[in-house]
Amino acid sequence: MKYTKDHEWLRVEGDLVVVGITEYAATQLGDVVFVELPEVETMVTAGDDVVVIESVKAASDILAPLDGEIVAVNQKIVENPELVNEDPTGVAWFFKMRVDDLSVLDDLMDEDEYADLIG
Amino acid sequence: MPVTVLAYGHAMLGADVSDQNSGLLRLPLHDVHLELGGKMVGFAGYDMPVQYPMGVMGEHLHTRAKAGLFDVSHMGQILAYPIGTMEELALDLERLMPIDVAGLAPWHQRYGMLTNDAGGILDDLMIAHRGDHFLIVVNAACKAADFAHLQAHLRCAKLTMCSDRALLALQGPLAEAALAQIIPETANMRFMQARIFGDIWVSRSGYTGEDGFEISIPVPQVAAFASRLLAMQAVAPIGLGARDSLRLEAGMPLYGHDIDETTSPVEAGLAWAIQKVRRAGGARAGGFAGAARILDELSNGVSRLRVGLRPEGRAPMREGTVLLDGAAQVGRITSGGFGPSLNAPIAMGYLPPSYGTIGTQIAGDLRGKPTPLRVCAVPFHPTSYKR
Repeated sequence: MKYTKDHEWLRVEGDLVVVGITEYAATQLGDVVFVELPEVETMVTAGDDVVVIESVKAASDILAPLDGEIVAVNQKIVENPELVNEDPTGVAWFFKMRVDDLSVLDDLMDEDEYADLIG
Repeated sequence: MPVTVLAYGHAMLGADVSDQNSGLLRLPLHDVHLELGGKMVGFAGYDMPVQYPMGVMGEHLHTRAKAGLFDVSHMGQILAYPIGTMEELALDLERLMPIDVAGLAPWHQRYGMLTNDAGGILDDLMIAHRGDHFLIVVNAACKAADFAHLQAHLRCAKLTMCSDRALLALQGPLAEAALAQIIPETANMRFMQARIFGDIWVSRSGYTGEDGFEISIPVPQVAAFASRLLAMQAVAPIGLGARDSLRLEAGMPLYGHDIDETTSPVEAGLAWAIQKVRRAGGARAGGFAGAARILDELSNGVSRLRVGLRPEGRAPMREGTVLLDGAAQVGRITSGGFGPSLNAPIAMGYLPPSYGTIGTQIAGDLRGKPTPLRVCAVPFHPTSYKR
């Protein structure tokens, strides 16, 4: 698993990259009550707002971690936003991307580096 | 999810952990909040728990089902003793607020507000008649200004800010049973009654829409008192996050958001707090700061009105969201979020009175997308006061 400084995790699955938010991010956000996901087949650039996530008190954006195409989104978390708190690194993935070159993931943090970031 | 977004200040949940040492004042129960796992954020100059490990949703629902304990020691507790008689002081206070102070029965309190000469709200407050003096409880962010305002304008009051006292709120259906284990006589109190039990001052009131109490205690006693309550099965500590969602569901305005120096009590839907005796034709009509505007608005109506709003779907609409009728901007949301007891987003905002009818459909600009919402009655969640 790889991590961004924006508290996303990325996991390679075949030729796709699965993206979600970390346990730390889910805890910081508190109880998630609403998730809005991008449309499938959207082309995104790293840094684009792609997901809106709302907790009881706070609204946050999730940014595209890489350039590529959104090829799948997880409707389960739209129907049951609380899954983001219950299982952020498992059931509650957000979207899957196709990227040109998977080697761009090498530049991201590994688990130890991310653990250092969140202290 | 950028760190800056996670840590942004608009929502209290995200405040930066590093703010903890930035000169914020500490509550008397600071160490207790840390022991309970409270996530601390800056609010009105104080380092305060926004939530505990139970989380905002859990704390909200716990308060509605059982009893929640809130530390509201940041609020201002001002004692006003008369230099002459209580009647003189009551009439003196009536020059600064549009409510009936002189008619307030001993050991009762009522909701009110300090107004400015333009008819705006300087602060909203609770005022209790306690036999030979009044106790006025005001918002934390306004308390220094309120005290100065009272000091400058009252002619026959001796004022004291009780900075040596903490303030707790115990709210929810099991609040009565919980507090009665410590002070049995409180069970006989009714909504908006105030009493004194030795060093402890109790009123049956709150800011959640639930039955409950607000309890003022000398600082040296508050930790032991809070511990006794928290040791009870029914009582859980509740942070600012749930305090906000509870008061929003109860349809109560939050000073600095839903009401401020530009909004009048009539625009804010608080005309109910202005008793007949202070209105045109009443025995003590007018004579308060801002009376010209406020009496005019009571007779002739307002150009905008605070209303309750229910967004369609599940996306909350937050403070600042522009309200639209077609392409026309007709108002703005002043408080908005998710109501855990309704399991739906709720909001309040200002609209022209022509949109004030329950059920009127308008739209909110949700990240550029006009999203339907309806004007609805407040409170969103029924109140359960013990009258």
